[in-house]
Amino acid sequence: MSPMKILTSGTTAIAQLSPGIDLELSFNQTMQSLGMSPEISHILWLPLPMLLVLTAALIGVLVTVWLERKVSAAAQQRIGPEYAGALGVLQPMADGLKLLVKEDVIPARADGLLFTLGPVLVLVPVILSWLIVPFGQNLLISNVGIGIFLWISLSSIQPIGLLMSGYASNNKYSLLGGLRAAAQSISYEIPLALSVLAVVMMSNSLSTVDIVAQQNGAGLLSWNIWRQPVGFLIFWICALAECERLPFDLPEAEEELVAGYQTEYAGMKFALFYLGSYINLVLSAILVSVLYLGGWGFPIPVEWLANWLDLSTNAPLVQVITGSIGIVMTVLKAYLLVFLAILLRWTTPRVRIDQLLDLGWKFLLPISLVNLLFTASLKLAFPVAFGG
Amino acid sequence: MTISTSTELICFGVLSSIVILGSLGVVLLPNIVYSAFLLGGVFMAVAGLYLLLNASFVAAAQVLVYVGAVNVLILFAIMLVNKQEELKPIKGLRLRKIFSGAVCAGLLALLIRVDFTTPWVLPGPNAIGEEATIRIGEHLFTDYLLPFELASVLLLMAMIGAIVLARRDVLISDIGTGNSVDQALIEKSKTPLLIDKSSQ
Repeated sequence: MSPMKILTSGTTAIAQLSPGIDLELSFNQTMQSLGMSPEISHILWLPLPMLLVLTAALIGVLVTVWLERKVSAAAQQRIGPEYAGALGVLQPMADGLKLLVKEDVIPARADGLLFTLGPVLVLVPVILSWLIVPFGQNLLISNVGIGIFLWISLSSIQPIGLLMSGYASNNKYSLLGGLRAAAQSISYEIPLALSVLAVVMMSNSLSTVDIVAQQNGAGLLSWNIWRQPVGFLIFWICALAECERLPFDLPEAEEELVAGYQTEYAGMKFALFYLGSYINLVLSAILVSVLYLGGWGFPIPVEWLANWLDLSTNAPLVQVITGSIGIVMTVLKAYLLVFLAILLRWTTPRVRIDQLLDLGWKFLLPISLVNLLFTASLKLAFPVAFGG
Repeated sequence: MTISTSTELICFGVLSSIVILGSLGVVLLPNIVYSAFLLGGVFMAVAGLYLLLNASFVAAAQVLVYVGAVNVLILFAIMLVNKQEELKPIKGLRLRKIFSGAVCAGLLALLIRVDFTTPWVLPGPNAIGEEATIRIGEHLFTDYLLPFELASVLLLMAMIGAIVLARRDVLISDIGTGNSVDQALIEKSKTPLLIDKSSQ
């Protein structure tokens, strides 16, 4: 067996060694061959992945809104949107256009500045978090070392925006909604961070790329969900609570608070909240798949398939196919989870505020602490399986 | 001057002016809600300064702890109370303002003096960048173990104190000494809800 064969036989280390497609490198080389300085080509490169990911996030929202309408219709034995495009796929576009041309109302007794700033503060951290979403070995905006920790800290900014809009609306329902949103967000952040910490402990790195690479040694069997089943459930529950999805949509409980902190909002400002919540849902689903379901990995490692077909993993065609499989797998896993979240929304009743806080503080927090301790002891006992 | 250094310089200028103007606003604005929101902005700008120093872990921790926890709790407290009452005029407010201004100016003068007299090493030590997470962990569990644990004990004490203050079912007599507890200290305990039920 040649050394090359050993290298490509698909262990965890290989995933980090094989360069995969590096679009940035090839873009820079092309630009420099056209006679540009490295700095200029770098500056030209910078906005491209950002715009691409922003577009991807927005399209993701449109798809999710359409899914939400269709799945809710199916759950209630209706047809749902039907006439706007085939199967109503253009309905979310129509929604967006409607919101875009609606009048921008600021209530007379509201605080204009904070009222405008609130939705922006809700949306911007969510979009910034897409920085760390990996679609492949090199297919992410920035492989920052603190990776998943950046997402946790960015998502903690959101409650400030919610409190701000709740306060600025000068409306008791808005204020109560904002306070509830902040309380919920603070309570569920802790078990969320602790379950992420257990995964980080196994992969010895905060970077999302390393977390996925560590799971793709043996395909489906090496996904974190088998090693962290409790952590997976905790993370999913907390992610739903952070996204304010039913059964945890107390901040905007219609029967009690009209629409919570969004009550006074209309037009594009309301659309910012709407966008923020859906981008956050897609982002959370992607991060669940990154942390527990092997991210961009195919259930059978692509290296094994390539070996079996006698192809080199460095061949251009194989790399393009690997990259496309990575993107498709990430999106597929994420949308399976989004589908699950939508089904949950249309089939479960809302919890009460005391039940919500009890669940967060008295159940999820101790369980996630025990999970962390258990992971640490398993890591010491079986360093092979738990990333020694 | 390359593009990256000039960008850094511009970022530094913007961030430090946000920090200075923002913290002045925190102190001087009459509306406490604005002050609290501005405080969040100042914390964010400080996190930006950490990022410029290539300390991304510290920056993220700053955002998580100060913006996500401290500032949100401050806002929470302000909004839960949310009283729109006029405060009583304080006697000699002008004199008090002058005094506190003088104290602050003295502190500033002291800091400026330290700044000018200390022989700063230029350029400073190289940033360790991504390694920082590991190094911080090492320090926390070796030479900074005692302060770290003491801080956690302090937080635990504060938490227990907060729980005792917030609970309404207060016992009438002190468990340790048996003396009656001064109920005026506890705002909402005029009618103790939980009286020792086992004796009845």
